[in-house]
Order: sequence, then C-alpha cells, then structure tokens
Amino acid sequence: MSARESLQKTPILWPIFGIVFLLLILAFLKPDFFSIRIQDGHLYGNLIDIFTQSSHVMLLAMGMTLVIAVGGVDLSVGSVMALAATTTMVLIEQAGVGLWLAIPVGLVAGTMIGAANGALVVFAKLQPIVATLVFMVAGRGIAQLASNSNVITVNNEAMKTWGNGHFLAIPISLWMVGLVFVVLYFLLRKTALGLLVEAVGDNERASQFCGIDSNRLRIIVYAFCGMLAGMAGLMRAASTVVADPNTMGLMLELDAIFAVIIGGTALTGGRFMLGGSILGVILLQTLTTTLIALDMPPAWAPAPKAVVIVAVCLMQSGAFRKEVFGLFRLRRAGL
Amino acid sequence: MRLSASKLSLLSTAFVLLLLFTICAVSFDGFFSMPMIANLLRNNAYLGIMAVGMTFVILSKGIDLSVGAVYGFTTVLLASLYESGAVSGPLGWAIALGLGLGFGLFMGTLIVRYELPPFLVTLGGMFFARGMAFVITEQSLNFSSSFYDSVANIEVQIGPRAYVGLGTILFAVVFLAALYVLNLTRFGRSVYAVGGNEDSARLMGLSVDRIKISVYGVNGFCAALAGVLGTMSTESGNPVNGNMDELDTIASVVIGGTLLTGGKGGVFGTLLGVLIFAIIKAIPDFGNISSPMIMIIKGGLLLSFILLQAQLSRIKPKAETIVVKS
Repeated sequence: MSARESLQKTPILWPIFGIVFLLLILAFLKPDFFSIRIQDGHLYGNLIDIFTQSSHVMLLAMGMTLVIAVGGVDLSVGSVMALAATTTMVLIEQAGVGLWLAIPVGLVAGTMIGAANGALVVFAKLQPIVATLVFMVAGRGIAQLASNSNVITVNNEAMKTWGNGHFLAIPISLWMVGLVFVVLYFLLRKTALGLLVEAVGDNERASQFCGIDSNRLRIIVYAFCGMLAGMAGLMRAASTVVADPNTMGLMLELDAIFAVIIGGTALTGGRFMLGGSILGVILLQTLTTTLIALDMPPAWAPAPKAVVIVAVCLMQSGAFRKEVFGLFRLRRAGL
Repeated sequence: MRLSASKLSLLSTAFVLLLLFTICAVSFDGFFSMPMIANLLRNNAYLGIMAVGMTFVILSKGIDLSVGAVYGFTTVLLASLYESGAVSGPLGWAIALGLGLGFGLFMGTLIVRYELPPFLVTLGGMFFARGMAFVITEQSLNFSSSFYDSVANIEVQIGPRAYVGLGTILFAVVFLAALYVLNLTRFGRSVYAVGGNEDSARLMGLSVDRIKISVYGVNGFCAALAGVLGTMSTESGNPVNGNMDELDTIASVVIGGTLLTGGKGGVFGTLLGVLIFAIIKAIPDFGNISSPMIMIIKGGLLLSFILLQAQLSRIKPKAETIVVKS
C-alpha cells in the first residue's frame, strides 16, 4: 500500500478535510471571522466559540463512541441531558440544596439511566435501539415531571461560572472536556481497557472465551455514557443559564451518533477512535457556524448538514473512492 | 398441535393485544365500542402504512429513520402545491408518491452501492427531508381543494355509528398488498432470504442488491402515502409533522414481532403492533393524564410489552422439543 493510499484510507482525513473546506468558505466570506482577541485575560473569538458551543456534544460523543464500540447505540442521551440538568437545577434553585449534593444527584441520575439501558441490553437481551428508545421517551417525561414542565432559570453564581467562566484564559467548559478526554485516553489506550472494549465489540462470543466479562463491561460502558450525558446536561444548563426539560438535548443523540461515525468508528462495533469523534463534533459545529454566517434560517440547517455528513461518509467508503478516483485516473490516462 | 416459532411469536403478540384491550375495556367507559375502534383506525392509519413499509426494510435487515421526516415533507409539499393552485386532482398525490419512492430508492442505492450503514444514510435522509420541509414553509400551511373535498366524502360504515374514511381504506389496501407480496411473491420471499442470510441469498443467485434497494423504495413510497393521509384529515401541511414518528413506527414493527436482526416476522404482526401502539396512545385521552406522565407511561408500556413478548416467545424451544420427542 503506497503512502497516498494509506492516507486515503485513514477515516480521520475526510472530517479534517471537511473542516478545512468550511473554514476556507468562512475565510472567503468573512475575513474577520478568525480574529481571536484577549479581553480581561480571556480568549474570545469565533474559533473559540466553535469549541465552547459544542463542548456538551463532545461529552455525548465520547460516551457514544464507547457504546458504539461495544456494538450498541444509545438514543437516550438527549433525554438524559434534560433529566440531569432539570433535577440538579430544581434542587439548587427551588429546594435550596447545595452544589456539593445537587451536582452528584444529577450525575447519578444519568448514570442510573445508563446502567438501566445496559441492563436491558445485556440481561433482557433487547436490541440497543429499542432498549434505549424506552428511556429516550420516558427520560424526557421524568425530566418534565421533575420541574412540572417549567423552564428553570439558573441564578447560582458558581454554576454560571462553570458555564461561562475562564481559567487561564481558556473557557472552563473546555477544560472539563479536555480533562475527560485525557482521562479516557489514558484509561483506554494505556491500560488494557480499550483492548477489552474492542474485543467485546468485535466478537462478543470470542471475547467471552478469552475470559472477558463482557456483560459487566457493556453495562459499565452504558452507565458511563449516561454519566457523561448527565454532565453534558449540567454543562449546557450552566452555559445557557436555563434548564428546559422540553427542548434540552432534543435530537442531540443523533448529532452525537453522526459525529462518532464520521470520526471513523464503525457502527458495527470494534475499533473506535475517540479523537475522531471530537473531530466529528467540530465539523458539525463548524458547519452550523458557517450556515449562520451565510444568514441561512436555522430551521433549514438540517438539509445542508445531511449533505455534508453523507458526503464525508461517501468519501470514507472505499467503493465510492474507487469509482470517483478511478474516473479521474482513466481521464488522465487519456481514455 | 405443531407450532412453528414464528406462529408462536405472532400468537403471543395477539395475546398481548387482547390483554391490553381487555384491560382498557374494563377500566374505561366507552372504550369497547365500534366508534372508538373506528377512531383508533382513523387516527393511526398513517402510522400503519409507515409501519408496513418499515416491515419490508427491517425484514431485509435494514432500518429507515427518515420516514417521519418524509411524512412531514410530503404534507407541506402537498399543501404548497394545492394552495398555489399549481396542481389539481390526484396529480399532486402522484408527484408526492413519486418523490417518496425516488428518495427511498436513492437512499437504498447509497446504502448498497457504497456499503454505508443504513442507520447513517437514513439519518441523513431524515435531516435532509426535515430541512427541505422547512425550506418550503416554516409554519403550518392551510389549503382548500375541491379534489380533497370530494375525497373527504368517501366513507365506509364498519359498525353502528362507526365510519372510516379513505385513509383507513388505503391502509387496508396497503396491508393486504403487503401480505400478498411478502408471502406469495418471488420478491417477498427474497426479502426474507436476504434478511435471513445475505451471503446464502447471494449464493442462491438472488439479486441481493436490487432487493435491498427496492425495500427502501417501498418504504419511501409508504412514507409519502402516509403524508398524503396526513393532509387528508386537516387539509393542511406542517413542517414539524411526523417528528419522532420514525421511532413510533419502528417500535410498532418491533412490538409486532419482526426482529431487527432481519429475516423473521411479518406484516400481520406489524398490524397487531400498530393496534397495540394505537391503544397505548389512546389511553391518556381516557385517563385524564398529564403530558409528562404520558411519556413515562408510553415508555413503561413499551418496555413491559417488549419484555413480555420476549418472555412469551422464549417458551418456543421447549414446545419444539416436545413435538420432536412425541
């Protein structure tokens, strides 16, 4: 395999290509887009915004990467976001509970739903789509029940700082995502854990014969995904200063799944790419930012999004590349 | 009596439906009446048509998440076509159905030809159709058409004070056609073969690729037909129509005993699944329940029925052993 071919086969190449392409469009349309300024010792600018506005999706995508790697999928993460955010904010704003208790309660709620998803998949042997669909529907209902369907405004100063504050010039939310990523990276790539996850996703029976407790591992992965979804919900509530049980996280499970697939993790399980998923999220957010810069009505946005996503996946498909590049090669040969 | 596994699964679904209906009939006044049953059919005919289409896709081991969005897109497309007076009579329906069919075939081609996961391509299709619906109009669009007025007059009496309209008739036609196609035609049997084991089907000489593309075409057509039904009752279209309906559709098919792993199940089970889902959806109207509780109940019922059905169909290996021994 030549260097060029191996480069084309790297699934991460195409999302990077997509991001660069979109940034070029932006550079052409809005040259001042790239200005980054330092104000009161904090970094501000559109490029920073791309990261901060998608930090909650990055958390979702990291959890989803692991769930997809063990051969599952989790549709409930959007509802879990709403559930965790609403529960915690009701506790803080209406019940006057301290952060030290309210935040763990929100995270535990997310973890519990995740573990329940895992238990349904592992013990009841339900299809992951169906099992997590149950909590996608019921989770949002519980979230609405927690606040009587009311939108809760966040007044707590500590929460606001978490959502919009800076530490060493960089937004705190980005530090959080970075921390989760680094911890996960070391856990998965520097210990055997990542190998176990890939083994279970690749061939569950074979992994069991190797002595891996695949059931326990899968439940842990689902629970972890639920916890990250809860964290994403808290972070989103803190940065937008509202917790809305009706709309928070709506359709975000699909964004997360997209980001994971674009990032080079196969839906069939097995090999996964944590960094690729983050790139996928950045691509989606860059696209959203570009569309806003183009003054396109927000409601139209799904259509171009679909085109970009399918285009990236087509480029990753070997059959498509062969067809298209084969065409070029024939032309060059003068045929 | 010898019971095959598929028949047992179907029986257990029917049992669950009967149980649910009995519970409702006992607990709610006026639930067990012909007008109510006609109502259930009228309100869920569109869901039924989408579920029949989805059965084809799931039997072939695929999945289609775009149906709700295609349904919504079709309603606004028809609304804008008839409102602007660009078309009259059944021409608008033909355009919409053609588009649905074409869109399904296009997605199927991407899936088969470039070996992309169906989940991903149809998710893209869902975003695309939803976005295009908003491009046509961002809010609900009403229209009036003499063609629709004449169609609205078609009614069939199925019992005392119980009438169903053209929508339900179309559902019945689609259901019977699917029953025939899946069980008694070459194409239908091939769908089962492809879903059961694609490699074997290929070795048997079936044109697997063409079959896999076709099922998405069938499903796109059904989703568009559901959209036609959606405009019929209200003479309006709304770009948010059918939001999340793809999940209700898939849930109905799965409750009906068709396995997401392909090759097992059938359209009769889907009919039972749609009826179960229709009753679950109707319960809140009777029980005076708040909207968050509806969601929790829906999730809980979905879960308990899936678990119950899984439990019931797990009895099967024992039954088969007994038959063999005797």
